[in-house]
Amino acid sequence: MSRAEYDVIVIGAGSVGTPTALFLAQKGFKVLVIDRNPSPGQSSNKRAIGGLRATHSDPAKIRLGLRSLKIFSTWKETYGDDIEWLQGGYCFVAYREEEEKTLKSVLPVQKKYGLKIDWLEADELRKLLPDLNPRGLRGGTYSPEDGHASPLLAVEAFYRHALRAGAEFRFRENVRELVTEGGKISGVVTETGRYAAPVVINAAGAWAAEIARMAGMEIPVKPDSHEAAVTEPVKRFFDPMIVDLRPVKGSANYYFYQHATGQIIFCITPNPSIWGFDERETSEFLPMVSRRMIELMPRLQNIRVRRTWRGLYPMTPDGFPIVGWSKEVEGFLLAVGMCGQGFMLGPGVAELLTRLVAGQPGPDDEEILSYLSPYRNFVSEEKLK
Amino acid sequence: MIDNRLYKHPILPVEEKPLFTFYFQGKELKAREGETIASALFANGIRILSYHHRDGAPQGIFCANGQCAQCLVLADGFPVKSCMEFIRPGMKIEPVVGLPELPAVNPEEIPEFKPIEQLEFSVLIIGGGPAGLSAAIELGQRGVDCLLVDDKHRLGGKLVLQTHRFFGSVDAVFAGTRGIDIATRLENEIKKFPNVSVWLRSTALAVFSDKKVGILKEGTKYVLVKPKILLVATGAREKSLAFPGNDLPGVYGAGAFQTLVNRDLVKPTERLFIVGGGNVGLIAGYHALQAGIQVVGLVEVMPEVGGYKVHKDKLARLGVPILTSHTILSANGKDSVESVTIARVDEKFQLIPGTEKTIKCDTVLIAVGLDPVNEFYLKAREFDLPVYAAGDAEEIAEASAAIFSGKIRGLEIARALGVYTGEIPEDWYRTAEILKSRPGPTYSEQYPEKEEGVYPAIHCLQEIPCDPCSAVCPRKLIEVDRSDIRKIPVYYDEKDGKGCTGCERCVVFCPGLAITLVDYRKNPEFPEVTIPFEFLKETINPGDEVILVDISGQELARSRVNSVKSIKGNDRTILVKVSVPKAVARKVSGLRIQPEIKEIEEKYQSRIPDEAIICRCERVTAGEIRKLIREGVRDINEIKAITRAGMGPCGAKTCTPLVHRLFQEEGVPESEIIDQPKRPLFIEVPLGLFAGLEKQKETGNEPR
Repeated sequence: MSRAEYDVIVIGAGSVGTPTALFLAQKGFKVLVIDRNPSPGQSSNKRAIGGLRATHSDPAKIRLGLRSLKIFSTWKETYGDDIEWLQGGYCFVAYREEEEKTLKSVLPVQKKYGLKIDWLEADELRKLLPDLNPRGLRGGTYSPEDGHASPLLAVEAFYRHALRAGAEFRFRENVRELVTEGGKISGVVTETGRYAAPVVINAAGAWAAEIARMAGMEIPVKPDSHEAAVTEPVKRFFDPMIVDLRPVKGSANYYFYQHATGQIIFCITPNPSIWGFDERETSEFLPMVSRRMIELMPRLQNIRVRRTWRGLYPMTPDGFPIVGWSKEVEGFLLAVGMCGQGFMLGPGVAELLTRLVAGQPGPDDEEILSYLSPYRNFVSEEKLK
Repeated sequence: MIDNRLYKHPILPVEEKPLFTFYFQGKELKAREGETIASALFANGIRILSYHHRDGAPQGIFCANGQCAQCLVLADGFPVKSCMEFIRPGMKIEPVVGLPELPAVNPEEIPEFKPIEQLEFSVLIIGGGPAGLSAAIELGQRGVDCLLVDDKHRLGGKLVLQTHRFFGSVDAVFAGTRGIDIATRLENEIKKFPNVSVWLRSTALAVFSDKKVGILKEGTKYVLVKPKILLVATGAREKSLAFPGNDLPGVYGAGAFQTLVNRDLVKPTERLFIVGGGNVGLIAGYHALQAGIQVVGLVEVMPEVGGYKVHKDKLARLGVPILTSHTILSANGKDSVESVTIARVDEKFQLIPGTEKTIKCDTVLIAVGLDPVNEFYLKAREFDLPVYAAGDAEEIAEASAAIFSGKIRGLEIARALGVYTGEIPEDWYRTAEILKSRPGPTYSEQYPEKEEGVYPAIHCLQEIPCDPCSAVCPRKLIEVDRSDIRKIPVYYDEKDGKGCTGCERCVVFCPGLAITLVDYRKNPEFPEVTIPFEFLKETINPGDEVILVDISGQELARSRVNSVKSIKGNDRTILVKVSVPKAVARKVSGLRIQPEIKEIEEKYQSRIPDEAIICRCERVTAGEIRKLIREGVRDINEIKAITRAGMGPCGAKTCTPLVHRLFQEEGVPESEIIDQPKRPLFIEVPLGLFAGLEKQKETGNEPR
C-alpha cells in the first residue's frame, strides 16, 4: 500500500472537488483528490445540463453563484480553455398567479445581493422569447448575466489546471475509511492506499452521507434521480435558460436552454422525488417532458431528441447546500448536498473552501456559512429549486 | 442529363416505375418511384449531400442503413436521413449548410397530444432479416402472438441485397437459392400467420428499465411495447476504418453500396475500389461487376482474404486485382474521391516504403468486417427483461447461419413460453455451428484423370458449409459429407454403372460458380467447357473472343464462344460454352470480363494518418484522440468530454470500435480502456412524437 502525506485530501473529483483542488493547489497546498471513477466528473457532473445562475433566493447561494459566474464567464480569457460559456441569461416564466407571486417575492433579496434581474411583463418577455406560448403568459423574471457552459469541458479544464498547479488525483480508488486520531482527522484509506492529511474535504456528491458516516457523522443528504436529454443542434433561436416552476403530475419544474453548440438540453424535477441511486432510463420521461415543453414553446415539436440520461441530485431537506467544518471531527470539511447545483456553485464553493482551509475568511463568509451550516435546523424552503 | 439508374440487371428484376419531379437546390430532377432521397440524388449524379456544420466538410452517404447520420439533408425544410426517407413528388431537397433552422410554428397553436399507446405482446422481435423472420415463423406456427418490427420499407433485411445463390445447407437453409428470393419466401411464409404482426418502417428506439420498448411506429408515431420476451435480431453494422480521406464523399460501406445498387437499382460509381477481402467485400465486388461497374482493385491487409475462396476466385477470374498484404493509405480528392493510395505491408502489418501505388477511382468501399448491433440485447439484460439474440446481433456469420439461428431462438422462445414442450433437436445446434464456421483448410486442385466422356470439373477447394451440388446431381455422383457439409465435394465417376450425362445442373446450381463441365465427346482434342455466367446475356455472344482463366484468374487460353445458353427455370445463370485445348480444359474455370487495370502516374503524396476522421458526426480526428491517449487518458468518457467524439447523432456506433483500435495501436491493453455507456435513443426522433403527436404518413411513393 502506498503512503503519502498531503495538506488536504478532497474526496470526489466532481463539480465541487475538482475546482477546489485547483484553488487549493494555486494557494500552495499539497492536495490529493480521490475518486472512484476513472476520470474527473464521471458521476453527476457530466449529467448536469450546464445551467449557470446566480438567480437564487438567499444571500449565500446568490453570492456563491455570482462568484461562480464570474469564474466561468472569464475562464477563457484567464485560462484559455473554451468551456462553451454563453451568457444567455435565465428566464423563470409565470403562467399562473402563484408563480408570479413567488418570483416577485424573491426579487428584492435578489437585487439586494447584487443580482441583475428584473420582472418582464408578458409582451416584453415575448420580445425576448418570440416562440414562447403567449396564452396565459403573465410575465417572468429575466437575469441576463446568468448563462450556461459545458460541465464536461469545465471539469476537464479545472482538472488539467489543477494538475498543472501541482494537485494529485487518484482515480479508480474507493474511500474505505476515514482515519481519526483523538477527534482529529488524519487521513484516508482506500483499497490500494493510505493517505495522510490534517484536512479532508467531503465533496462526494450523492455519496456524501456514506463518506460522512465514516467519520461518525450523519448528514441529511440523499440523492433524487432526475432525467434529462439533449437534442440535435439547430440554428440559435433563443438564448436564456427557460424555467417553468408549475408542478404537474409526475414532474415539479422543468427547464431547458439552447447550448452553445445549438443543442437543446432539458431536464425535469420528478414529483414526487425518486429517491435513491437508480440512474436507469425510464419510459415515462420523454412523453412527460415533451408535452410540457411543446405547450410552452410549440416550435420545439420538431426538434429531434438525440440522447437521454439520468443523474443524481444530492438533496438536503431544505434545498440548500451543506458547507462547513465538522464540529465532531476536527479537520473534516463538508461541501455536500448541492441539490443539483454543484456545477453552478462549484467554483464559488471551491474558493470558499480554500479560504476556510487557509484560515482567511472573506467578509461575507460568516453570513454565507450561517445559511449553509451543517448544524442548521433545515426548516426553511428554497423557492427556486 | 445524368441518369445513373439501372434499367437492366442480369439477376434483379427491373420494374418499370413512373418517374416524377423533385428539386435539389432548386434544380428540377427526376426520381423513380420507390427511391429513397439518397438513391434519387445518386441517380442524378449527386453525391455531396450536405456540408458539416463544424467545418463545412462535404458529406456523402456512409452506411445507407439508418445507423449513422452522415446523409442528412433538408427535405421540405426538415432534416432527415436521406437513406431512410422516400423521395416524394415535388419534394424540395436542400443540403444542410451550417446548422439547420428549426421550422417556425405559430406559438399560440398547441397541437393535440394523444396518449402514447402501450401494447403487450408475448414476443417482440426487433429486426425482420433472416434471423428475425425465421424466428417469427417458428413462433407463428405455434400460435404465439408476436410483433416484428423493422426499420426498412420491406422485410428481408440484407437478404434483399443478395443476388447470389446462398451457401449452406439445402436441407436447413435454402442453399442454392438467391438471397433476394429467400427474402420473398420468408416474407410470404410470415404472412400466413395472423398471430404475427409486422410493422415496417418502425425503428426500436430504446429498451427502458420498466421493461418497455419504445418504438417509432411506421415513422409516424411513438408507441411503447411491453413484451414477455424480446428477441433482438438487429443484424450487424459495418466497421469503419481510419485513413486520411476516409470522410470524403465516395467513401462508404459495402452494405451502403449494395443498398444503392441492388435494392434501389442505382449505379453510384464507375470505378470502384474495395478495402477488405471478407465475404462482404468480395460479394460487393461481384455485385458491382453485375451492375456494369469497373472494380479497379481490392486490398486485404492479411496475407489471404478472409472470405470464401470461391468468392475471391470469382472476382479474380473476372479480372479484379486482389491485393493481399496490402493496405489503404489514403483516399484522395478535393470534394470527393478521385483516387486511392495503397501500399504493401509486411508480416507485422507495417508499411513497406516504396510500394505505394495510386489508383484512379471514384468510390472506395469499406468492407473491413461487421459488429453486432447488440445495444438492445445488452440493455434488456441489464434491465432483466427476458431476451434472446439471433443472427449477426448474436454472432457475426453468414446469412444462412442467421436463418438457422433464428429458427433455433424461435423454438427456444416457444419453449420458454410453454407452447412447445419438446426438446430442441440436438443436431440443430450442430448444424448452427457448422453454418457459422469460418472457411477451413484449402486443398490443391485435383481433377479426374480421364480425358473422355463428360464430367464436372470441381474448382471448390476450401472447406465451407455448402452442399447444393450434391443435392442437384440426379445420379448422386457428387457427394458432400452429410454429417459435415464443410467437407469439399467428391465426384464419383459412376454409381451403379451410370456416369455423368452432362445435365449441367451442378454447373448452374453451385453458389460459388465453381463447377464447370468438360465434354470430350465431340472433340477429344478440343473439349467443350461449360462455364456458369451471371451477367447480362447480351454482353456475350457466340463468336466473341474470350480470355479463359484458371481458378485464380491466370490466363490459360483465348477462344471463341461456341454458344450461350439460358435454360428456363435455371434461375438467371447462363451457360457459356467454349472449346479449348485438352491440356487446359479441366483447369478452365471462368472467363475474364474486365480489362487490365492501370495505375495512374500521379506522384504519391504522403498524408498524415492523424488526419483520419474517427468520429464522423463531430469531425474528430485520429490525431486529437491519439494525443489524449498518449497523455494517459484511458476513459473513453473523458475523450468524449474533451473532443465530443461519440456525442453525435449516430450515438457512438461508428467511432467506438475505431477508438479502441487507436488504443490498440498505442499499445494500451483492452482491459485498461473504459467504455462509455450506451444510452437511448437509437436514432434521433422529433420531440413532438413523444408527446403523442403523429407525423403525416408518407404518401405517393410507396413501392407497389
